[in-house]
Amino acid sequence: MSKVYIALQDNEESHYIVEAIEEDNPDATVIYQPAMIRIENEGFLAVKRETVEEKMGRDWEVQALHVNLITLGGNVDETDDALTLTWNQ
Amino acid sequence: MTATKLNLKDRYRLLTRDLDWEYSYQNRKDVFPMEEFEGIKITDWSKWEDPFRLTMDAYWKYQAEKEKKLYAIFDAFAQNNGQQNVKDARYVNAIKLFLTGVSPLEYQAYNGFAHVGRQFGGVGARVACQMQSLDELRHVQTQIHAMSHYNKHFDGFQDFAHMHDRVWYLSVPKSFFDDARSAGPFEFMVAIGFSFEYVLTNLLFVPFMSGAAYNGDMATVTFGFSAQSDEARHMTLGLEIIKFLLEQHPDNVPIVQRWINKWFWRGTRMLALVSMMMDYMLPNRVMSWKEAWEVYFEEAGGALFKDLARYGIEMPAYAGTAIAEKEHLSHQTWSIFYNYTHAAAFHTWMPDEREMDWLSEKYPNTFDKYYRPRFEHWREMERAGERFYNPTLPMLCQTCQIPMGFTEMNDPTLVSYRQSVYKGERFNFCSDGCKDIFDHEPEKYVQSWLPVHQIYQGNCGGADVETVLKDYYKMNLGVDNMDYRGSPDEQRWKQWHNLQSAEDKLKKAS
Amino acid sequence: MTVAAITDDYSGERLDQVENFHGNQVVYVGWDRHLMFCSPIAFATPPATLFATLLDEMLPGAYAQHPEFKEVNWAEAIWHLNGEAFTPDRNKTLEEQGIDHKSILRITTPGLDGIKGSGT
Repeated sequence: MSKVYIALQDNEESHYIVEAIEEDNPDATVIYQPAMIRIENEGFLAVKRETVEEKMGRDWEVQALHVNLITLGGNVDETDDALTLTWNQ
Repeated sequence: MTATKLNLKDRYRLLTRDLDWEYSYQNRKDVFPMEEFEGIKITDWSKWEDPFRLTMDAYWKYQAEKEKKLYAIFDAFAQNNGQQNVKDARYVNAIKLFLTGVSPLEYQAYNGFAHVGRQFGGVGARVACQMQSLDELRHVQTQIHAMSHYNKHFDGFQDFAHMHDRVWYLSVPKSFFDDARSAGPFEFMVAIGFSFEYVLTNLLFVPFMSGAAYNGDMATVTFGFSAQSDEARHMTLGLEIIKFLLEQHPDNVPIVQRWINKWFWRGTRMLALVSMMMDYMLPNRVMSWKEAWEVYFEEAGGALFKDLARYGIEMPAYAGTAIAEKEHLSHQTWSIFYNYTHAAAFHTWMPDEREMDWLSEKYPNTFDKYYRPRFEHWREMERAGERFYNPTLPMLCQTCQIPMGFTEMNDPTLVSYRQSVYKGERFNFCSDGCKDIFDHEPEKYVQSWLPVHQIYQGNCGGADVETVLKDYYKMNLGVDNMDYRGSPDEQRWKQWHNLQSAEDKLKKAS
Repeated sequence: MTVAAITDDYSGERLDQVENFHGNQVVYVGWDRHLMFCSPIAFATPPATLFATLLDEMLPGAYAQHPEFKEVNWAEAIWHLNGEAFTPDRNKTLEEQGIDHKSILRITTPGLDGIKGSGT
């Protein structure tokens, strides 16, 4: 299985999102690089609205992820509740 | 009735598919005249779906938020004289190359996506392309804004649009996009949406921008990452179009594979410019070009092509050559620009001892063997007061238009030459990849506007190089061009920081 | 198919036909294993140029900065024209010995492999 990945700008809002991703994807690897945070995982990664809202302590729409997003790799699916990345192989 | 909030899927259906209509009195083929000539077969456009399900209302909302954040940082950067906080003024030369070479491509992308956004029969693809077109326009505007601040303090930024259409090395990115925009709509999407955005732009925008941050350039990292936040959507659009084409008809598979081969190779040739920006133009280095290539092409691209194998798509032809070239690309490209810095609107220089050691460490198989002796020789010439400039004009590749500075991977001391004869005329190439592209569509590439040949034909304002540079390229000679050492940029930088060069100290002491 | 185009009989304008060079032709010269000169050179010169002129005037103008250039033994130099072995005649013109427009001349100088043998 290949790694899917997502990279976010290193800022306050992203820190909550990263915390949520770590909680929902316990096997994911978080890599800090200058001004950015890269998170990768074997085959699958999810960013869940509910968990991010819990970390932020306020409402948050999945589409707001785009404000802090730098890049990603994997097949994307986005709903009201989550953004997921997958490789089929 | 109380208004309930629609969910993402319903909103996407209403604000995308529902905007389309049936053509009752016009022939569909007349409405979308470019849909068939490339040989691509589409049976059902309704199968198209944007995985982000982005609608125009949400698009404006989030783009506005990105812009507010971006301009707050531009303001802060200007108010705090951010230009003085970059690590070293040499770094700014990478930004000059960015403004003259890359930003105009954003404008070309805006044109290209507006065009294909009109030509596709499926409304989902049209809406996605329209948004990408607007994104690209935003990118060129924010980049010009960000770099206009540097224009107040450094040379070489003043005529980027004029230069983009004329200067020899800028014909490389310009012709890349001209090629894509003059192709059919599906090839454009595979060229730019997929091969460039998905497979290659990460190499430009992610490690290089992270490097900009590491060198104190807050303005560039901010526009870079702000642009890149759109790029994640563009990459996804590129991947969706590929999957859509492959699922629509098996006859599409070989056509798509050929486009992937072509545009992967064209893209890697263009990224030669980025390789030298990363290895030579960032004073504080985050990762080498080779390492970035391994993460963003070999690993990420490898995963992607493994995923696409179920459609019968293979790794791009010549991926093996491109992988072998990761050990050489940045050094050979820097050598080209060092040779011809007198004809460039930015400065080059020889790396110092510490930088050479870093290159040896990052390129243990090649740097000390092939490139260190060359660079040390050039450094000796410079110390003797005879900084090397190549006194002639270079041979260019007919397809990528880069000087023929790339070598055979089985003997990196020999230039790679390829030749075709078409209609009794010889055409020359730097690689099998570039030759294949020509051989498949010679009628397109016989039209290449090769800067060296244009100068020799007398189409660039004069017979001697100096006139071409001054009058046709609009370079300020002795200011924009030549080595960084001794340049007005260097003098100003030293004044700001009260630095003295070693030579000045010696002069004063004696 | 020589191009994918929306019109059936599309043909492109050939920008670099020899007629466009005002009496000159383009000749490329590459000196193998001397990559101090980053790429082969493009000369524009009349087809009636004597090979001796290329050798005695044009090449020194291009390559004299290389410390090995003055050591070249031209009698031993190995030549290739467009990939084929080639023996130049210094008293003949370019066109008389088949060096036509956009031809490539490669020079190998045995024993001279660039600075410190690095191909530079």
